[in-house]
Amino acid sequence: MKRLPQIAFLPDGKRLHLQDGPIDLIVEAKGRTHASRAAYDAAATRFTGLLDELCEELAELRRAAQPSHCALKGVVARRMYAAVAPFAAECFITPMAAVAGSVAEEILDAMLDAASLDRAYVNNGGDIALHLAEGEHLTVGLMDRPDRSGVMRTMVIGTDDPIRGIATSGRYGRSFSLGIADAVTVLARTASMADAAATIIANAVDLPGHPGVVRRPANELQPDTDLGARLVTRDVAALTESEIEQALEAGADCARRLLGAGLIESAALLLQSEATMVRAGDVRSRVHHDRRLEEIQA
Amino acid sequence: MSTEATTAIGDKIRCDACPVMCYIKPGAAGACDRYANHDGQLVRVDPHVVLERTVEHGGRLVPFQIGEDWDGKIVRQPDVFVTAIGAGTTYPDYKPAPFIVSSKIDGVDMVTVVTEGIFSYCGVKVKIDTDRHLGPETATVRADGEAVGHVTTGEYGSQMLSLGGVHHLTGGSKKEGRVTCDTLMDLSNCKPVELAIDGGATVVVQAGRPPIVNSVMEERMRVGCGSATIGMFAKQWHGKVDEVVVVDDHITGVLSEHQAGKLLDIADTGIKMKGRRSTPGRYFQVAEPGTGWGGTNISDPLSVLGPFNPKEARPGLTMLMVSTTGEHAAYYVLDEALRPIETEMPSDLRFSVERIQENCEPALCTVLFMGGAGGSLRAGVTDNPVRLTRSVKDALTRVTSGGAPVYVWPGGGITFMVDVTQMPAGAFGYVPTPALVAPIEFTMRLSDYAALGGHMDYVRPLSSIQDSAEFRPMLIPGRRP
Repeated sequence: MKRLPQIAFLPDGKRLHLQDGPIDLIVEAKGRTHASRAAYDAAATRFTGLLDELCEELAELRRAAQPSHCALKGVVARRMYAAVAPFAAECFITPMAAVAGSVAEEILDAMLDAASLDRAYVNNGGDIALHLAEGEHLTVGLMDRPDRSGVMRTMVIGTDDPIRGIATSGRYGRSFSLGIADAVTVLARTASMADAAATIIANAVDLPGHPGVVRRPANELQPDTDLGARLVTRDVAALTESEIEQALEAGADCARRLLGAGLIESAALLLQSEATMVRAGDVRSRVHHDRRLEEIQA
Repeated sequence: MSTEATTAIGDKIRCDACPVMCYIKPGAAGACDRYANHDGQLVRVDPHVVLERTVEHGGRLVPFQIGEDWDGKIVRQPDVFVTAIGAGTTYPDYKPAPFIVSSKIDGVDMVTVVTEGIFSYCGVKVKIDTDRHLGPETATVRADGEAVGHVTTGEYGSQMLSLGGVHHLTGGSKKEGRVTCDTLMDLSNCKPVELAIDGGATVVVQAGRPPIVNSVMEERMRVGCGSATIGMFAKQWHGKVDEVVVVDDHITGVLSEHQAGKLLDIADTGIKMKGRRSTPGRYFQVAEPGTGWGGTNISDPLSVLGPFNPKEARPGLTMLMVSTTGEHAAYYVLDEALRPIETEMPSDLRFSVERIQENCEPALCTVLFMGGAGGSLRAGVTDNPVRLTRSVKDALTRVTSGGAPVYVWPGGGITFMVDVTQMPAGAFGYVPTPALVAPIEFTMRLSDYAALGGHMDYVRPLSSIQDSAEFRPMLIPGRRP
């Protein structure tokens, strides 16, 4: 018997929910009625069987990416590889670091092949692929604490911005992090690039050897993790302001290099209620939450 | 083939619910967070956990689809009350509130202005049912080491804390503000919070639950003060024991000296109490406040007694000592030297102690959220904000928070208090200012709304909200008891 994904509209009747195994997508397509209908059909069709396709190459996807050789065959698997390849020479990374963004991108592509849409997005657990036709924009809220409600800041992405992918990585997410960031949100040209870069930057937000950081071998927690015995962050004690600054600076340094290499468009790094933004045009703008809010309220 | 079959490998199991085929360790979940290893069994966790939490919190179970009960949406028919939870807000409120809804109630066009307020000026008043000494009045109350409020007046059978307020939220260090905000939000959302009082106890407070003082759960609220307890039980003790002392940090009662004992012609016993005598049979300050007997610091009740007076006391005289909750009790017989010797309590006296316990109400923590609707929030409701205030004072406008009734303080502004257990789960949020986001609704006649300068262009019929995308599905178990 063939296992089928769950495909259903959310109670608002406007967004489609697709779920299969660990993949959980929220999809919205705005356009003429028949166009969004066609886009949703295409999303559901492409989604069916996609997990099986990925799992055929799961063993290879969980191995460290080689900088110049790709043994993968599937279109999504190759997109995952392409997203992590720029980092493969410098550090350990597996194509799995870009799985969420790559799946989101694949579904969005299938929708855009089927219909002409004004605006669409595929949100794969916070890793988002988006489409904006001329004159359209999307408002994105950044949360500093995923376990709390409340939006720290919002950003508006317009048609003229090169951004079509958003991803967040950090220790509160579903996957393990080697770093201590609460969250690193990256805006990039594609969702798969954003996904890979968010992982790399979140790993770089770190205080190596700090006694307040509890780390455990990843495979003790999840036997078949792609991270093997690498130490992943389980808990972070309250840090001093200078420690937070030091850790964020390490991550921001990494983000600036990726920005310089054209791999990302901007990044927001969050650690214990401190935030650092890295974006084109300004080398570094540090944002204190309350100072920023005071400005708004003034 | 079953999709939930598993293969056990050592203590791990292998899930075959999907082709990822995760190995899952005991107590852990697979990559999907939907399937987990519970004692070697593969279990599905997502829908059940939600259900269990609802039951655990004493909530009503509701169907996911539209039915008789709350269907998880903000608006509910018939005779719907629209709550502000999830309505969203802007700050400052130069824009009309997110929802201004009209509906007919009793044939009168009613308007409910629904918004979520950002309350930089807010706090909680906590009532903790215990006689145990939690800390001196005005002592600082801390969460996570940060000052979040103070101990205020002791009230009947309970200790009061006043937490939050503008000075802790925005007047102290950044961390103090953040911890205060977290504390207020958790308390308001009926979550447990551990509070440490300077020079006093550590207490775990959760709205609607018994307090846990220094790791001991408080079970009962006292039946009355020591003197009141004497009055209530004097007849039941008469003839069964010569003397009764009800130990209480506030007013310790002594049966033979008390008016109730006098009326029953109970003979003097030569008992000598420590402390300051208020009126016959009623003593203040028999010991220091604490977490021992009757809210005093004692563990040996005899320490509140001086030697018996040999003129009146006699060997063989019997005495019951009991606390105001019946939680502590001991029975004594005077020996030849007139020293009280602890002896097994006769069953009829044990019964009276149980009767005291039975008459004590369960000890609870209650949390009232207190916030003020400032000028800008009122501007979201009307062009002329002060008229909203006047309308509330004149009782033309009803204020609610998450649909729950509120008490509006007399005097200036719209400062209200609400019992957080009457509000739907998860009603409170926060912004990093730091400040709390709480729902607030103003309901009034459509004509009154127009008269106070309401945003009439933005009034929408109830039916239009129900079909709208702004109408967010939420898992709300309904009112908590």
